[in-house]
Amino acid sequence: MAGATGKAMRQVYGETLVELGKTNPHIVVFDADVATSTRTILFGEAFPERFFNVGIAEMNMAAMAAGISTTGLIPFVNTFACFMVLRCGDPIRSLIAYTKLNVKLAGTYAGLSDSYDGASHHSILDIAFMRALPNMLVICPADGAEVKAATEAAVQYKGPVYIRIHRNECPDIPENDSQPFVLGKGKLLRSGKDITLVATGYMVHRAMEAAQILEAQGVSARVVNIHTIKPLDTELLERCAKETGGIVVAEEHSIHGGLGGAAAEAVGRLYPVPIEFVGVRDTFAESGDYQALLEKYGLTSQHIVKAAEEVLKKKGGL
Amino acid sequence: MGLSKERKAVLEGLCKQFRRTLLDTLYSVQTGHPGGSLSATEIITTLYFEVMKVDPKNPYWEERDRFVLAKGHAAPMLYIALAEKGFFPKEELKTLRQLNSRLQGHPCALKTPGVELSTGPLGLGLSAALGMGLGARLQRKPFYTYVLLGDGEIQEGIVWEAAMAGAKYGVDNVVAILDKNGVQLDGTVDQIMPLGDVKGKWSSFGWNTFEVNGHKVEEIYDAIQEAHQVKGKPTLIIAHTVKGKGVSFMEGKHTWHGKPISKAEYEAAIQELEGGR
Ligand SMILES: Cc1ncc(C[n+]2csc(CCOP(=O)(O)OP(=O)(O)O)c2C)c(N)n1
Ligand SMILES: [Mg+2]
Repeated sequence: MAGATGKAMRQVYGETLVELGKTNPHIVVFDADVATSTRTILFGEAFPERFFNVGIAEMNMAAMAAGISTTGLIPFVNTFACFMVLRCGDPIRSLIAYTKLNVKLAGTYAGLSDSYDGASHHSILDIAFMRALPNMLVICPADGAEVKAATEAAVQYKGPVYIRIHRNECPDIPENDSQPFVLGKGKLLRSGKDITLVATGYMVHRAMEAAQILEAQGVSARVVNIHTIKPLDTELLERCAKETGGIVVAEEHSIHGGLGGAAAEAVGRLYPVPIEFVGVRDTFAESGDYQALLEKYGLTSQHIVKAAEEVLKKKGGL
Repeated sequence: MGLSKERKAVLEGLCKQFRRTLLDTLYSVQTGHPGGSLSATEIITTLYFEVMKVDPKNPYWEERDRFVLAKGHAAPMLYIALAEKGFFPKEELKTLRQLNSRLQGHPCALKTPGVELSTGPLGLGLSAALGMGLGARLQRKPFYTYVLLGDGEIQEGIVWEAAMAGAKYGVDNVVAILDKNGVQLDGTVDQIMPLGDVKGKWSSFGWNTFEVNGHKVEEIYDAIQEAHQVKGKPTLIIAHTVKGKGVSFMEGKHTWHGKPISKAEYEAAIQELEGGR
């Protein structure tokens, strides 16, 4: 599953921070004793005076970042995605989102990607939390190139941004990377008329595979990458609902409160059509090989195909 | 009081065996945390094989002593001790961190017999241990609760909230042990976030404190026995340890916090351990 860049998403993120740091002296980086893992260690080596490793003290880190942002600097806050929500949650809500502070939050090891560490380290509710915060932008890149684009875009945007980053390499998606990254705008990766597969993060790749499988079955599936979960590209989703009459949403997250929830809220209001959800089904996962976990917890291209068949049945098309 | 020569030899033998099993296990699954498991070997062994009253046949016996591995990433050493005790078959150690295993990357109380509290996210264990201690006191249950903390872990603010609560409520049936190996994930504790005078801080928070060599079972044992005598305040035993203890190329190195072990490294480590250094 190696990407053409041959790099883990977190590595691309770390390198992008260094690039940005070269031209933008306002960027400062915080970490909480996982800099080796989040790859912010690269920034720390390049710009030691703009790097703060505050130890295993995530809440302190987020509140410090809130403070430093009020002086005109642009802090990036880094830890595992699960701790970003569960430990930094209060300062993120009460200081950063409430006051619309210019703080960037990067949650690495998102979804099930920290697979062997187990459910205690998996992050399958971060989208739900971040998306429920007023003023928060939520981005979930699909491949290395998109991590870079999202990180750059986060600096351009003034206000709080959450970027959800995968631990590992994700395959590059040429159809994705050939299009410009625009905050809040979904990308149409593959045209189709029978159904739309809406995905985010690593599941975009899986949705592309599923579309191919469906094609072999005579189903023309459209694929849309929603990299910005908030604000959601509701216009695009409405159009897909109208033009294809059915939607499957796939994400490496709980089926509750993530992109699935966001899409259902939008489609239900704007143009109701049958919709199915591929994600972790209200359970804690477990330790294991990453691909084996995706298989067991229902996050493969086959699972997307099955969900598509359900939707097509409801549409009366199968 | 004091550990007999025979018991000391037994515990030391177990520690040697456990280190070997740890390397076998982590090498075979190519994932897991060697450094913090090795520094905790003597502490976990002394607790389970000399101090704690537990019954593997009846793991939920109400009056059992409790152990909370606050630094949950040392799970492999806990599992090795629990397997030796008989909580589950030793063969199961091979399934560590694999799909469908009862042995999760970090302890899961729902899955593994003998595990008292699910841990992994650092900092929560001491507070939970205090709750167990208060529960015992309120219901006049005679058990002790032991909790093992990492020195990086105590950078978490909640640990100091617990320090205040433990003193306020005089939770003297809780014994906390600090695995003070001086190293965390990104570097040494002094580089990442210096702790200052740990003994002075905990004393000033109202705790009884002892300092021991955390690789000497007799010192650990004596300190725990003394802690049992202290009434009206909780005890923190500051155990001076070496991260990666027993495998010279891992010792004191943050890079060995959670790195897979190569074949050459595995062979060198086993040779060293068998040499009985
Ligand atoms: C809240 C939280 N933040 C970060 C981590 C990631 N992490 C796991 S172990 C570790 C370092 C722990 O160092 P220390 O407490 O000294 O343990 P030891 O040296 O005994 O292994 C870190 C940062 C975590 N598990 N939980
Ligand atoms: Mg340590």
